[in-house]
Amino acid sequence: MDLTLSPNEQSFRDELSAWVAANHPGEEPSGDEAAWEFKVAWQQELHKNRYAGLSWPEQFGGRGATLIEQAIFGEEMARQKAPSPANVLGLVMGGPVVIAHGTEEQKQRYLEPILSAEEIWCQGFSEPESGSDLASLKTKAVKSNGEWVVTGQKVWTTFAHHAKWCMLVARTDQDAPKHKGLTYFLMDMEQDAVQVRPLRQITGEAEFNELFIEEARIPDENVVGGVGNGWAVAITTLMHERAGLGAAAAASVKIALGQLVELANERGVADDPIVRQKIAALLTDAEALRLNAWRGLSGIMKTGIPGPEGSLPKLQWAAINQSLTELAVAIQGEEGLTRDSDWTYRFLRARANSIEGGTTEILKNIIAERVLNLPRLR
Amino acid sequence: MNFDFTDDQQAIKRTAHDLLADRFKPDTVRELAEGERYDDAHWKEIAELGWAGIFVGEQHGGQGLGTVELVILAEELGYSVAPVPFLSNAAAGLGLEHAGTDAQRDRWLPGIASGEGRGAAGVLRDGVAQLVPDADSAAVIVLFGDGGGVVLEPGDCDIELVAAIDQTRRYSRVTPRDGAGEPLAGDAGPALDRIATVIAAEIVGIGQRTMEMAVEYARDRKQFDRPIGAYQGVSHRCADMLREVESSRSTTYWAAWAAEAEPETLPLAAAMAKSMASDAGWNVTSSALQVLGGIGFTWEHDLQFFLKRAKVDGAIFGSAGDHRERVAQLSGLGS
Repeated sequence: MDLTLSPNEQSFRDELSAWVAANHPGEEPSGDEAAWEFKVAWQQELHKNRYAGLSWPEQFGGRGATLIEQAIFGEEMARQKAPSPANVLGLVMGGPVVIAHGTEEQKQRYLEPILSAEEIWCQGFSEPESGSDLASLKTKAVKSNGEWVVTGQKVWTTFAHHAKWCMLVARTDQDAPKHKGLTYFLMDMEQDAVQVRPLRQITGEAEFNELFIEEARIPDENVVGGVGNGWAVAITTLMHERAGLGAAAAASVKIALGQLVELANERGVADDPIVRQKIAALLTDAEALRLNAWRGLSGIMKTGIPGPEGSLPKLQWAAINQSLTELAVAIQGEEGLTRDSDWTYRFLRARANSIEGGTTEILKNIIAERVLNLPRLR
Repeated sequence: MNFDFTDDQQAIKRTAHDLLADRFKPDTVRELAEGERYDDAHWKEIAELGWAGIFVGEQHGGQGLGTVELVILAEELGYSVAPVPFLSNAAAGLGLEHAGTDAQRDRWLPGIASGEGRGAAGVLRDGVAQLVPDADSAAVIVLFGDGGGVVLEPGDCDIELVAAIDQTRRYSRVTPRDGAGEPLAGDAGPALDRIATVIAAEIVGIGQRTMEMAVEYARDRKQFDRPIGAYQGVSHRCADMLREVESSRSTTYWAAWAAEAEPETLPLAAAMAKSMASDAGWNVTSSALQVLGGIGFTWEHDLQFFLKRAKVDGAIFGSAGDHRERVAQLSGLGS
């Protein structure tokens, strides 16, 4: 057992840390358009130094980073409060899907513009009637004259208004069992048949969109991983998405807990035994989240396969972030309930943490069925 | 970065697991617990394997291994809820090894390592140590308090057996006579942190075993024509057990690793490990009882031995709340 970084890992961290410190673009500007351009510029900066597609193989413009290096990257970015790159979904999900399941032509066509943020990607998975039960989705793709005609509705689509490509999962076989009848497409967002409508959330802002798709066209060569394999293609990306996130999530809640300690000290409640117990419990939970994530990575490094263990850090993170923002708002009393307060914004935003990227209930189902081998619910 | 055991550590874990599974079958544990006694042959075997002195320096007859190896044994001893005076002996040994004088170490550590002159340890509050495992059979008793500690021989104190809920061990109330015993040399912190970590490891083993009991039952037991583990009311309870067991395990291994590799981190890591495990021990065992339902509440079912041991482990050498307060102190909270 050795919880220190190896010399290679340490030099990766040192180099990265110095680079981020020297190139940090500062605070995100206000205004949607300015904020977006800021994220694009940051990604281009990352890409110039081959940090954009960190996990991608070198031949596709990445660094072929190990999971440990990816976790270090996530931690370091969170620690230095670096912005997230504009094309985060393309980098984390789209690119890896094309690399794992795409044809040679697809790799040539799509990968470089993802890295450079020239083409932004969005994800068309969830539907109004298919949230946790994703495989029940109804958006339909029918083949006609060598191309696919798609009709349906998608929801919770981040960056849809900036996106060129949508990772779209649609039903191509109505008669097959629900997991078997799906296909993974890359849909061009620049067509009139795709309408984007912003979805305003309880914080007042609109991070997400709804997509209304009415006979959109997708050429046959934009199928990824073969017709009928959409579920398998989509699910591998979700696993990869979860595996690397725990360490970064732990780093970000640790920063937030540092701010909570400051707040408690400033407000004169830091000697209140109840506050002390609650904050100490959250600090402990955050450390356990970090350690569980790293221990999970050591396991995956050995087996090579990201498994259901990624579900545990995700649900821990959601619970910690919700509790810490609740406590911050409680410490501020009536004053904490104003709309211009950053803590209050984070407190409201945190309500989504136990829903987005797999609800806590679904993650517990996964742990019960796939880690503990309990009988399936269905 | 490798958050996993080395091959040698894996071998220790496997050997301990298999041996303890064989020696401490449920009937044996029950017979010893109901009789409130140990079997000397068990202790002799454990001592001969070198477990008693696994962390004691070689110059005192120990194996000179680290806290990680000690934690591996403690976890397996928890998993098997073995009625043996291992923890008490280790706690006294850690106290002497990390806070004793040279003379105290020379005098007591060889007996602790060989198992022939066992130690016991507890925490003094208001002049009394309320719940000291195995004080009645110890050659030396280390009592901690006020940042330091005192080394006592049985004749230096009143030792009164206590009928604790955990019958897999023998507990005593120890009252040192005024001015009796010899103070430890220095700061007891590093010893207490290691002891807290070892107890946390025992709780991890107990939690793992009771989670397995609950999960197995949830697979087999049918109500309304389905295994109860298919109902989310039950399966989510089991997922929460896994979260608590794994979180306790991760923090405990971290503390054990830090003891030798990063001593400046040990106080925080040990406080986090013991606070988390103390709560997890009760949450997991009581949740397992709920999954087992009526049968889990019977004397006849073995769950009770684990549940009671976990509850006592959670309280000795600092409760969850005590250790959380230490976390608060170490995290810049307040004056």
